[in-house]
Order: sequence, then C-alpha cells, then structure tokens
Amino acid sequence: MATHAGHASIFARLDRIDRRWIFLAMFVAVAAPILWVGVTGKTFPEAPTPAVQGAFDAVESLPSGARVLVSMDFDPASAGELQPMATAIVRHCALRGHRICTMTLWPAGGPIIDGTMQDVLGDRPDYRYGEHWVNLGYRAGFEGVMKQMNSRVSLAYATDVRQTPLERIPMLEGITGIADFDLLVSISAGYAGAKEWVQYSVSPTLTGSKPLRFVAGSTGVQTPQLIPYYPNQMAGILGAIKGAAEYEYLVNEAVRKADPSAIVPAKFQEAQRRMAPQLFGHVLMVALIVLGNVVFFGLRNREARA
Amino acid sequence: MSRSIAVLVAGVAAVVMVLSKFIVPMESAETTVAEWFNAAAAIAFVLGGASLLKMNLLTISARGPGWGYAAVTLVAFLATLGVGLFKVGVPPSAAFPDHRMGGTPDAEGGALWWIYEYLMSPITGTLFAMLAFYVASAAFRAFRAKNAAAIFLLVTAFVVLLGRTYAGVFVTSWIPDDVPWVSWLRLENLSAVIMSVFTTAGTRAMIIGIAIGVAATGIKIMIGLDRSYLGAGAGGGNG
Amino acid sequence: MSQFPGTSGTPGAPGMPADPAVARRANRLMIAVLAVIAALLVVRAWVGTEVGSGADAQVVHGYGMVFVEQQGAGHVQVPAAEWAQAVAADPAQQRVMVSWPRTVGVWAAALLTLAVLSFLWRDNPVYKLAESVVVGVSAGYVMSTAVWSSLVNQVFGKLAPGLTKAYLSPGLTTTESDWWALVPLGLGMLLLCRLSARLSWVGMFPLAFVVGVFSGWRFVQYVESDLLAQVATMFDPLYVAGPTAAATVGGTLCAVLVLVGVLTVLAYFFFSLEHKGPVGGAARIGVWYLMITFGASFGFTVMGRIALLAARCEFLFDDWLWLIDPAGKH
Repeated sequence: MATHAGHASIFARLDRIDRRWIFLAMFVAVAAPILWVGVTGKTFPEAPTPAVQGAFDAVESLPSGARVLVSMDFDPASAGELQPMATAIVRHCALRGHRICTMTLWPAGGPIIDGTMQDVLGDRPDYRYGEHWVNLGYRAGFEGVMKQMNSRVSLAYATDVRQTPLERIPMLEGITGIADFDLLVSISAGYAGAKEWVQYSVSPTLTGSKPLRFVAGSTGVQTPQLIPYYPNQMAGILGAIKGAAEYEYLVNEAVRKADPSAIVPAKFQEAQRRMAPQLFGHVLMVALIVLGNVVFFGLRNREARA
Repeated sequence: MSRSIAVLVAGVAAVVMVLSKFIVPMESAETTVAEWFNAAAAIAFVLGGASLLKMNLLTISARGPGWGYAAVTLVAFLATLGVGLFKVGVPPSAAFPDHRMGGTPDAEGGALWWIYEYLMSPITGTLFAMLAFYVASAAFRAFRAKNAAAIFLLVTAFVVLLGRTYAGVFVTSWIPDDVPWVSWLRLENLSAVIMSVFTTAGTRAMIIGIAIGVAATGIKIMIGLDRSYLGAGAGGGNG
Repeated sequence: MSQFPGTSGTPGAPGMPADPAVARRANRLMIAVLAVIAALLVVRAWVGTEVGSGADAQVVHGYGMVFVEQQGAGHVQVPAAEWAQAVAADPAQQRVMVSWPRTVGVWAAALLTLAVLSFLWRDNPVYKLAESVVVGVSAGYVMSTAVWSSLVNQVFGKLAPGLTKAYLSPGLTTTESDWWALVPLGLGMLLLCRLSARLSWVGMFPLAFVVGVFSGWRFVQYVESDLLAQVATMFDPLYVAGPTAAATVGGTLCAVLVLVGVLTVLAYFFFSLEHKGPVGGAARIGVWYLMITFGASFGFTVMGRIALLAARCEFLFDDWLWLIDPAGKH
C-alpha cells in the first residue's frame, strides 16, 4: 500500500513538474554534445539513404563544366538546417568543375548566397566570377519569377547582382530558358521553394525533349511533403540536417578516395558535427514521450483503483 | 458594380493564364503578365512596410499599451530602411567603382549587412529554435498512446527519431545488415522504409486531394463563383 | 498606459510556478546562476585565450572578437590565428586587425540570442524588445531589398532609363522608355490604396488581378504536377524485379503497400460515400497510413527544430565565447 502511495506521489510530482526543467534538459542534451564534439572533433559515420545518394549521383554524373542553377530559397531562420546543405552541394559542384549560377526567391537569401560562395570558393582562385560562377541574386515574384525563367532567364534577371547584363556573362552563353541548365537545385525552407520549382519549372519539362533534372534540399518540416515527388519528378532529396550530413559524408569520402592524404577542412563537416546534438536531442524526446505516458497511465490506474 | 468588375478581372486573368499553357502564341502574354505580377509582388512588400509604419504610428500617437515597443519597432524599421535605400557603408562595385550606388545593398561590410548578420539572423534563428523546447514540453504532456491510431503515430515517431541518428544504428546493430530478409528491421533502414512507403503513400494521397481542391477553386474563380478574395466589406465606393 | 508593459513576474503567470515562495526561490536561483556564469566569463577574459600556434601564439583577453583582412575595397573575416601570425611577423602591421563593428555585432547577436531564450524562463521586457527589433528590422530589410532588386530595374529603369542609370543602377542597358511598366506601377499604387479606409475598395482591382493570375497558374501546375504526375505513379508496375529474391519480394511488397496506401487514404478523404462496409474498412486503413505519415512528419519536425537550436548553441559557444573552435575560426 505504501509502495502504491509512493508511486502515486512520484507520478503526481512528475505530472506537475515545472516545464522549465524540461527546457533545461533539452538545452543540456543539445549543448553538451556540441561542446564534446567541439573539443574532440569526432563525428559519426553516415550511411546515405537512396534519396541522398540520388542527389549526389545527379551532381556527380554531370560532365565537368556542366551548368547548375542553385536556388537558395531560405533565410537565416532556417540556416541552421539548410546552410550545411547549401555548402555541401556548392562544394560538390565546384569539386566536379561545374559552372554554378545562384539565385534566391527569398528576400533575405542574398547574404546567404554570398556567405556560401565565400566559404566554398574563397580559396579557389581558379573559380572566376562570370566564367565559373555567377550570382543572380533575389527577384520578387515567387512563381512569377519561375514563369519568366522558364521562357527566358533574362526576363526575370536583366543583370546579375554586380549589375552585369546577362548577355555579357560568359558562363550563361547559350542559356535561354531554365531547361538549358543541366541541373536545378533548390535548397528550400518553404514557400516559394522546392515544391513550386517542381510544379512550375520541372514538371512541364518532363514530357518534353529535355527534362530538367532537379535536386531538393529541404527542412525537416517540408521534407515529408516532397517525398512523393521522388524519384519521378526529382532526382534526389536532402531531408533535414541528416540529409545534409549524409551528403557531406559522400562528398568528403569522394575527396578522400581521390586523394587519400587529403585533409577535409572542418568547415565542410558542419552537418556531421551536428548529428551529435541531434542524437541526444532525439533520445531525450523519446524518453520524454515514454515518461509522459508512464506518468499518465500510472495516474489513471491509480484513479481507476480509487 | 465595382465588385462585378473585380470578379471579371480575376476570371479573365485566370482564363488567359490557363489558355497560355496550351496556345503557344499566348506565351508572351503570360511572361508579360508575370512581369507585372513580379512588380506588384515587390510593391506588396512596400505595402507591408507602409502598413507596419501606419499601425505603429497609430499605437504611439494613441499611447496604446506597449507603445514603447511600437517605437522600438518603428526606429528599427526606419533605420534599416534608411541604410538599405541609401546603401550606407556598401563597398563600391568592382565594375562601377566610381558610382556610389553601384554596390549591392546587402554586400558584406555594409550597414544593411551588419543589421542582417547581427540583429536579424540571431533573433529569427533563435525564435525558430525555441520551438525545440516547446516541442519537448508538449511531448511530455500531450502525446498519449490512448488508442491504436495514436500508437501508430508514436511508434513511427520513435523509429524516425532514432533511425535518423546514430542511436538507430547502435540500438539495432545486432540485426545483421547483410541478410536482406531481416536487415530492413534495423532502425535506420526501417526509418527509410517508412519514408519511402507509408509517408509517400499518405502524402501522395494528400497531394492529389489538394490538387483537386486547387483545381476546383481555380474553376470557381474563373466563372466568378468564388469571390471570397474580395472580402465581405470590400464593396465600398460605388459598389 | 505603460510604454513597456511586459510582465508582472507574478506567480501564476505563464511559465511561472503557482506558489509565490517557489517563484521567489526560482528567481533567486536564476540570478545566482547568471552571476556565477558572469563571474566565470570575467575570469576567463582575465586569463585570456591563446590563438595561433608555436612562436606565433598570442594571448587575446576577450572573446567574440572578429578579425578581418583588407581585400580589395572591403574587408574579409579571417581566423584569429592569422592575426597572431601577422603580429608575430610585424607588431605594427595594419593588414589584419580587429573589426570593432563586427565584434560589437557578435556581442549584440549573442545578447539578443539570450534575450529571446529568456522567454523560456518567463515573458519579460527584454524578450519583447528583441521581438520588436526583429519585426522592424525584417520589414525594413525586405522593403529595401524589394526596391533595389526588383523595382529599380524592372519599373524605374523601364520608365526613366537615363535617370535610373545615372543615379541608381549604373549597369542598366535599357535606353528606351517602356511605358508598359506603368501597368505594374499602377497596380502597385492601387494596392497602396488599401491602407486608406476611404479608398480601400480601389485596392480590390489589383487584388483581383493578382488572385486571377495566381489561380490560373496554380490550376495548370497543380493539375499537371500534383494530379496527373502523381496519379501516373499509381500505374507503375507492382512487380519490382531485384537482384536477389529478397529484393524482389521487398520491392514488390513496397510497391503494393504504396498503392494500397494511396487508395485507402483517398477513400478516407472521399466523403460522398458513407464510411461503412468496404469503404469504411479502407478508410480505417487509410487513417493508419495517415497516422504513420504524421508520426514521420513529427519526427522530421523535431529534427529540424533541434538542428536550429544546435546552430544557436554553436554560435554562442564558438563565435561568442570561444569555448570551442570546430571550424577553425580562431
């Protein structure tokens, strides 16, 4: 009897627990592994899922010099999830010698493009602006921009961000509509982003003579909504930080395979480092759900007996 | 009268956009309309800013509750807009080094970039990150395995949460990965199966349903049956 | 009326314990923890952080500092180790230096991050201040970006190319005025009428235009991409041949389960028939599929939020406090 009362007391106390203890537990579960990884530099091995492998293969299979349009459709609020993806994909393109054209449909996406290109191409003087990469920047209009780009990219963007008219940019020579790019990548946090690119620019080309290949990187919230488009309407998806970590792993493994003595800079392992706080955060979530149910059913049983 | 004209404008615009998909010579009409649409979208941002200005000025002048915060918002808005429009501190463009307005407004080193990097990014990033704490609290208090449907939901959540981290590999490492008849039971593989089978099926059905709904709404706008976008009180003037 | 109403801090307010004594104890605990953290930071600043290595090593008494190097017309952020190296080579050098605007920026970002996190303790004026700042800053940023990226070239540049090229956009190549640009400008002006109570009805016309265009586009693209293309996948072969018997069985089973799932969930959404008999059974299976779908969505949402929190923590520990240096920034 005393044991029952004791249990009831524990259940009741847990049921009334100040939620700030839960907040603290979450903070510790995320912060402690960051400090641990920051000190040790250790990361977990990743096993790529088919959707991430598909994205990697789409970039890898293009011949060197292929033109890739990367639309970074996110803002700083989602950068924690999507920045590692953007960095990994742009880096992969640069390693393969592809020519990269960047743009964004989000007003706050401009500095994200600048930061990504600086991170990846900052120490690549061979990658010359205008010849190997170009930044078109932001244009207002969401689907309207896509519609214009489907017909003529220059309708949406008369100039790049450096105010050079598109017809004077060597790497865009021969590009009329969006389908002239060899691959479209959208790193997207929501509207307008990957879903709209599939609907407005990719799907209309699928029945034509030159289907536009498409790869999406998306937030955890958006990923399940994009899954049905894979593999028919998109070649691959990077879902949430785990997708970024898998992609990073594939790129870094490719670098190591090409040159076993190569040292991968720490800035290109950001997503892999983040998998440690993810691990503990997820385990805490599972534990909280289990504990919440134990408390709930424990109290209910006691009430039923009473 | 004005409502009828507005309904006609919407219907004709919608029909023209649909026809331009199927009649190639009409494609130029679509791109022209897209250009207007994009410009209107940019002006909508200006409208949003003007609306914010109006609301906060009203709050301040009426000394309403929290007018101090409204003043902070107003100062932040005007300061950001000012440095953005006048390109304060923006390094000159390499192509036009002598032109004061040649640089990109949010180029690194400029005042707008500073505001973006050190004010906007940390606050918006942290506001979104806060949800991690509230989801944890909700997980403890609200997610109850009361029936079969809820159990399905929770078990799936467990598999995805664990399977998408190294925890999944660790917990089910005893299941051989090289025996295909059982290897799918490893949490990381099970999580992938859930995404490629169950989530694909469920979301695909939702996508199909939403597409039918959007198509139906489009037809209603084309024939003037749906006027909800005009609002209940938008018939003023000579309407 | 108070200009900064926030929070009473009274017991029972959201996030606060109901018992006043517990609330007071909690407040004291929080202040004590903050005091200890502040003291530790002061001690650490006094001790300093070593940057660079070997003979180039320098001690920096502070954290959150950003070092930059002059490159062209602007400055580029460089690791603190590079500054240490430059100072070791030439103590009077000015090539690599501390950027005080950026250092102040890192501190502002850190304090604002903490201000937002303080809401977890309870609602408070500091949180509200951060919230007010971000609303104003975001609106100002978006508005100025929209003006420079779209309106200047797409509208002003077409109406007055000479003036626009001379004063706003030196790269503009248009030389002739395109008066069609008056149409979007007019639409925009009419939209602005919505701010006026008397003239708001005029704003109905541009709104109708935008809604019409948008619904026409969505009609076509949703049917093509989401209806036809997704329904087409239901006609994919159900027998999926794989390299092994297990792969064939697995692939076929998955294909069948996907088809069954789509059909049963659609049955659940189909309300023209009463959910009884076979339709009811199918709808019940559809509900299970939906629950699994929502469970997976929940898992992904949690993953996303934790990733964002990890990013903020990393900023605090790395860029601000210099406790860790995983990316070699200092």
